[in-house]
Amino acid sequence: MKAAVIVFPGSNCDRDLQVALRSAMGAAPEMVWHGDSDMPDVDLIAVPGGFSYGDYLRSGAMAAKSPIMKEVVARAGKGVPVLGICNGFQVLTEAGLLPGALMRNAQLKYICKDVLLKVAANDTAFTQAYDQDQVIRIPIAHHDGNYFADDDTLNELEDDNRVAFRYCDAAGTLSEDANPNGSQRAIAGIFNKNRNVLGMMPHPERLADAKLGGADGKPMFDGLVQALG
Amino acid sequence: MKAKVHVTLKNGVLDPQGKAVQHALGALGFDGVDDVRQGKFIELELTETDTAAAHAHVTDMCEKLLANTVIENYSIEIAEP
Repeated sequence: MKAAVIVFPGSNCDRDLQVALRSAMGAAPEMVWHGDSDMPDVDLIAVPGGFSYGDYLRSGAMAAKSPIMKEVVARAGKGVPVLGICNGFQVLTEAGLLPGALMRNAQLKYICKDVLLKVAANDTAFTQAYDQDQVIRIPIAHHDGNYFADDDTLNELEDDNRVAFRYCDAAGTLSEDANPNGSQRAIAGIFNKNRNVLGMMPHPERLADAKLGGADGKPMFDGLVQALG
Repeated sequence: MKAKVHVTLKNGVLDPQGKAVQHALGALGFDGVDDVRQGKFIELELTETDTAAAHAHVTDMCEKLLANTVIENYSIEIAEP
């Protein structure tokens, strides 16, 4: 399996993603600079977290218009799996690969803590190594993670089983207390129509090694290697 | 010529920052503020000299970058030089 991690000016979670992927793949992914207009053929494209372009104008807005993103959008259209984490999720919504938008957290604070997520759909390469409805612990670190879309879009996402993760409590129950940022329907991550693009606000790459205090993120990368070779 | 763009959240999109401003105004003793919604103001200096062309140009900029039309509206004012 070959993978690419896109690096924008201001990305700062690209290295963690590289480490998590390398650990699962047994080989390092290619780090691709945003200014390139082409990249090698890969089985997975990963868009990392951070503060691309300083979050100026809107988080991910300018990164989404980087030269490399034309190619990422084209490849996503051809079915290449694309994983966007945190700022990466923001970039994918701004690039039109995923619906909705990530807005300022409802309670206005930057939140940096471990949260519990329910795996809402485990039928994709990204989530196949989890059980359906499994509750996992993954860190979040964001100021603009409040997922918003209109009711029609939200209903469509739910009808098509395209919600990937939801914020929940230890029992897997959704509640206002368990939702750290006010996201509509407690949505923490979603798939596109073709289920080859995943955007999520939490950082699985930050808890993919027991030495770091937890490994609930590891099955995502192991599952991808399993599915994509 | 100058283009002045206002980008604001669509109705129906919650604006907790606007709410925070409203509360702060209240705490300062300013009465009679029913609602506050906060947006962005972007000023562009264009080399274009035709108003219609400038308007079309800036509309394109708004659609493609300056506004996120999923959650934001925009309005454009072209100021004669």
